[in-house]
Amino acid sequence: MPKSVTAALTPELNALVMALHHILPPEAVLAGAEESRPYECDGLTAYRNLPGVVCLPDSIAQAQQILRLCTQMQVPVVARGAGTGLSGGALPLRHGVLVSLAKFTRLLEIDPDNRVARVECGVRNLAISEAAAPYGLYYAPDPSSQIACTIGGNVAENSGGVHCLKYGLTVHNVLGLKLLTMDGELLELGGNTLDAPGYDLLALLNGSEGLLGVIVEVTVKLLPKPERAQVVLAAFDSVAQAGAAVTEIIGAGIIPAGLEMMDNLALRAAEDYTRAGYPVDAAALLLCELDGANEEVSELIFQVRELLLQTGAREVRTALDEAERLKFWAGRKAAFPAVGRLAPDYYCMDGTIPRRRLPAVLTRIAELSRHYDLRVANVFHAGDGNLHPLILYDANRPGELERAEAFGAKILELCLEVGGTITGEHGVGVEKLNQMCLQFTGAELTQFHEIKYAFDPKGLLNPGKAVPTLQRCAEFGAMHVHHGKLPFPELERF
Amino acid sequence: MSVPSAGDADHGAALVAAVQEALARKTPLQIRGGNSKAFYGRLPAGAPLSVANHRGILHYEPSELVMTARGGTRLAEIEAALDAHHQMLAFEPPHFGPGATLGGAIACGLSGPRRPYAGAVRDFVLGAKIINGRGEILKFGGEVMKNVAGFDAARLMAGALGTLGVLLEVSLKVVPKPLYEITLTRSCGAQQALETMTALACRPLPLSAACFSDDTLYLRLSGSESGVRAAQKKIGGDPLAGQETFWRQVREHTHDFFRGGTLLWRLSLPPAAPLLQLPGLLFIDWGGVQRWLRNPLPADVIRATAAKLGGYATLFRGGEHTGSVFHPLPPGLLALHKRLKNVFDPQGIFNPGRLYAEL
Repeated sequence: MPKSVTAALTPELNALVMALHHILPPEAVLAGAEESRPYECDGLTAYRNLPGVVCLPDSIAQAQQILRLCTQMQVPVVARGAGTGLSGGALPLRHGVLVSLAKFTRLLEIDPDNRVARVECGVRNLAISEAAAPYGLYYAPDPSSQIACTIGGNVAENSGGVHCLKYGLTVHNVLGLKLLTMDGELLELGGNTLDAPGYDLLALLNGSEGLLGVIVEVTVKLLPKPERAQVVLAAFDSVAQAGAAVTEIIGAGIIPAGLEMMDNLALRAAEDYTRAGYPVDAAALLLCELDGANEEVSELIFQVRELLLQTGAREVRTALDEAERLKFWAGRKAAFPAVGRLAPDYYCMDGTIPRRRLPAVLTRIAELSRHYDLRVANVFHAGDGNLHPLILYDANRPGELERAEAFGAKILELCLEVGGTITGEHGVGVEKLNQMCLQFTGAELTQFHEIKYAFDPKGLLNPGKAVPTLQRCAEFGAMHVHHGKLPFPELERF
Repeated sequence: MSVPSAGDADHGAALVAAVQEALARKTPLQIRGGNSKAFYGRLPAGAPLSVANHRGILHYEPSELVMTARGGTRLAEIEAALDAHHQMLAFEPPHFGPGATLGGAIACGLSGPRRPYAGAVRDFVLGAKIINGRGEILKFGGEVMKNVAGFDAARLMAGALGTLGVLLEVSLKVVPKPLYEITLTRSCGAQQALETMTALACRPLPLSAACFSDDTLYLRLSGSESGVRAAQKKIGGDPLAGQETFWRQVREHTHDFFRGGTLLWRLSLPPAAPLLQLPGLLFIDWGGVQRWLRNPLPADVIRATAAKLGGYATLFRGGEHTGSVFHPLPPGLLALHKRLKNVFDPQGIFNPGRLYAEL
């Protein structure tokens, strides 16, 4: 029997909850405000919605029944993994069902001969590499949330990480998927081979932000663990010099496994937090990791050191051992929380730019920082041009959140101006819908809506995310001519 | 940096006009680049729409590892421009003829010997500008490595055989050429070759190609000289003179195995799948994943064998190419393909039937 149907539920939701109890055990249906509170947001906590109902299916069959029921009752569905997403892609709908895939945690198969792992969608990213480790294999994409984030969420967002310059994004490392369509049909894409007949649907599903299907199982490619990895740390007196060094390294035909840059505010915060040994008076810090065969790494480390010194690095340090390598990385990996200690709140942006435009973009961001009177720390996946400005603010001070959001929007527009994109790896979600109107034309957005229609004709899967309506863009366009002063500031804007 | 060349021309507007006219007259179009891969897929139908004159490298920034070029740009021109900066297309696309174009290479989605180690065509597509089946010019993706704004419709074009739109421009990730390469050979049987390929692929070695033919296993190593030399010591074998020619012959199907008239089947299998219990000549590439088979057996026998091993079979060359060429899709996936085709090309004017009869 229903455990907690609260009086606050609308008659429609009440009927849905009753029906869900025929599918799921009582503890797998959460309908009260108290129980569903933990699901009200993902990693982008500025946006919150209490879900109408939360379901926790334990099997594909249960998930299919939930989807069929929701299709029949015309109730929208949002799928959720670990909730670590940074663009509000898993933000629940007040009149919808939130399907948590937290129970899909079975590692189904590690196949060392074919170098693949087949896992359920709720398996954590890092757990795959841990399971593959006894075979000398690992799963390459390593988003910074990898201890918590799930592989299903990684596919939905096409997650990156610090190693994607050399090893690619999620889309380059997924060989197969099982997904459920909104009407509960199970589709299998790809498998243990490197290609499959027909359209490259894996390309569409990776980064589809839960709009096309509910991913329930993933087959990923495993790679042999490199014999050795070594990291070089370089300090520069200007960001432009550090940028030039990156260009030199890649121009020399070297593809580092990781190539990360931090500006002064970010590296100081990281040093305060982790004692990684960073030179705190540097304007920019570069971490360059090389991996491969022992001999190759030795040769390339030497070459990279020379290039860094030639481009004006005032200090170049090679990690002497594995412990020091991890220490160098610890600072970078903790950069977000470290910067988070500098202010009550921070807003993490995620644009990609052509790398050569970095000095100009950082100069402009500094100007915007003064204009909005908010500090900003910059963390940069320098190898692939993915920039993460972290805007510091205090949500308790009236107007600061709005200023931070306006500042963030300007940064994304700047990324577009220089030939980049509004999101490199965090996704559009609810956060960057307006900027989608700037990046794409009406015809392009319409084509996106039609792709969704081909998968989900009733528009019930994660509606309102990732692709803005043309009407919204028209309104946003109209807003723009008023110099950024929003009409109806009291209205919610997702 | 843009690299103008004598043949550069923008025929985008004319191509849009041609598509609009075809829409008005309801006449299908067969999109054609260099016509080097007309043999591939089901028989082309419709009035030819040539993209071959819409050519030119628009933007090449070696330090950003990015190139954008028009669909009709010759692959040879692209490779020469990259070569001048010691860069390359890592997926080693087969040309299958001197006129091969970028658009054709993307549409056919074929990759060469480096594919299992470096990635496929689709892995290097960063952006595309297309004409859809409403005569609209649409741009997806861009020129940066990481980009998750909107569905990845650019990558979707790879291997779609032109059935979703006309490729006007494509942006690709390019990579530095390896500093050093060596190919090692050893004599062995097919079974032993497969086992060796599997064993080596599980170790951290700089492999960049692995194939087997005529009782010989060929292993290519790429990287820094010291790294390659160290790997050579570990795996042994005899260095192959003229390795570039050999791998080009494998890629272009000018190797002896591919000569002759028997049907040529391409099987895509899990790398460690056992040897096929089928008669006929066998060429193993991609470290076991791509197996070429020459035999005249009925299609359903070959398809059933591939499916049993967890893979797929394509009738690559020979035969009528009027029946099913590509491995049939299960009903649910075929229905989804039809809906996708319909939202890109509602009147079905682009390369009808080239991929599947129903698309």
